[in-house]
Amino acid sequence: MKKQLISLKNIVVSFAIIIALWQIGFMTSNVNSSLFPSPSQAFQALVEMISDGSLFINIGASMGRFAIGYISSVVIAVLLGLVLGRLKCVFQYVNPIVQLLRPISPMAWMPFIVLWFGIGDIPAIVIIFIAAFFPVLLSTVSAVGEVDPIYFKVAKNFGIQQPQTMWKIIFPAAFPQIANGIHLALGTAWVFLVAGEMVGAQSGLGYLVIDARNNLRADILLATIIVIGLIGLILDALLKLLEKQILKSWGGGK
Amino acid sequence: MYIEVKDAVKTFKQGGTEFTALDHVSLDIEKGEFICLLGPSGCGKSTLLNAIAGFEPVTSGSIKIDGEEVKKPSIKNVTIFQNYGLLPWRTVQKNVELGLESLKIPKEERAKIAEKYIDLVGLSNFKNSHPKQLSGGMQQRVSIARALAVDPDIIFMDEPLGALDAITRMKLQDDILSISRQENKTIIFVTHDIEEAVFLADRIVVVTPNPGKIKCVVKVPLHGYRDRTSGDFLAVRSRIFEIFNMKHDENIEYYI
Ligand SMILES: Nc1ncnc2c1ncn2[C@@H]1O[C@H](COP(=O)(O)OP(=O)(O)OP(=O)(O)O)[C@@H](O)[C@H]1O
Ligand SMILES: [Mg+2]
Repeated sequence: MKKQLISLKNIVVSFAIIIALWQIGFMTSNVNSSLFPSPSQAFQALVEMISDGSLFINIGASMGRFAIGYISSVVIAVLLGLVLGRLKCVFQYVNPIVQLLRPISPMAWMPFIVLWFGIGDIPAIVIIFIAAFFPVLLSTVSAVGEVDPIYFKVAKNFGIQQPQTMWKIIFPAAFPQIANGIHLALGTAWVFLVAGEMVGAQSGLGYLVIDARNNLRADILLATIIVIGLIGLILDALLKLLEKQILKSWGGGK
Repeated sequence: MYIEVKDAVKTFKQGGTEFTALDHVSLDIEKGEFICLLGPSGCGKSTLLNAIAGFEPVTSGSIKIDGEEVKKPSIKNVTIFQNYGLLPWRTVQKNVELGLESLKIPKEERAKIAEKYIDLVGLSNFKNSHPKQLSGGMQQRVSIARALAVDPDIIFMDEPLGALDAITRMKLQDDILSISRQENKTIIFVTHDIEEAVFLADRIVVVTPNPGKIKCVVKVPLHGYRDRTSGDFLAVRSRIFEIFNMKHDENIEYYI
């Protein structure tokens, strides 16, 4: 509890400092305020977006896409990773392809995605899916490979057979490391949500960014950027909390 | 004979050369016996145990349990490992229920059986704890309860007390001895501690290294509860010391 208060204090202080610096920067520079808005202008823009409802509608649209893309990606990547982690001989052949695809920014696929799926919700969902997929897949495969062989001995001895071995032994044994990958992928996926929505979407936080630019509303642009950061932060904190909770039931966690 | 090891040879390929871990080992074990495999590190005790338990087949020779060739591990013969092999994500209760799940025992009965054996090893107050919250000695008790819960015919133990301090170790030796009398299981117990072997075994199988061979089998003529300080106990102990050539005859009178 005390620790939480201290970290809360740290957060408040660091935000206060950055806002103060921003204010000083605004006052000392003579850049046009429509190019570089002040904290209060950004705040007013935020209030405006809240009161006309556009902020929450667009957050809702983004979160819907994010949930569909991220969750489906995690589920499929974990399942595939569990299987490939056990089938070393197959993974040998899959791995080079994965290594080839992994460094490609999901955005590079955008032209194809738009051509195949049109615009709307799908492009952002597909981008998020790709962004989360490889980190989760690879961390699952390596987690399965590192499962202590003694668990397999115990499973064999106590007559546990496939598919039970998968969900009674392999998945739980690999889970802490898989959770790590799932957590990492959240950040990556969130980054690409906005990128995905900047192309081809008519709603969402990425769309708000593009719309603000088109209307030359630097204040709204900045307010939206801050909201994107805050939501990313909150999602990360929520997942951390969930992870901790689950690892606790895993036997004390780390 | 209940367990029959005949001319068992086990070789490992190490780089280009072949290493013989078991060299024509033959051993007969009767039902209900408590056997200790005793020998220095690297002499092949675990190799022999793993072969009888069905984890690692022998290179040649045969191993039969109850007349049947051993091919793979079975829930009728449970192994207890030095590092316990508990599943950290399961509570004590759920760990003990593990084998019962494969036996398709209904849920309530499973819980009852598990509780009985958790009680037997004295951990009733910890049945909802996770293994990490327990001491090493307590974890090994859980793994003993887990083994007993499936009512196996044979229990294999590979240096189960190796990681424990001397006092916890003796306490667990006491418990293992009394449980083995109560439950009347065939137990094959690997150790490199002479005293432990004399305290527990009906017969001690002395294994020597390079290559792993059975040097001799010593019958322990002690029954029931064993007093670590009694004359009989010390006599058996010094016999084993002799076998390992670690006793100087002139001195021993003086020590006793
Ligand atoms: N998988 C393996 N591959 C190669 N060599 C092995 C393997 N397993 C065991 N050995 C060798 O066989 C010999 C016997 O090993 P084993 O584990 O049976 O010894 P041990 O008597 O159980 O020793 P300890 O008391 O240290 O556990 C050792 O020299 C070891 O190096
Ligand atoms: Mg060993």
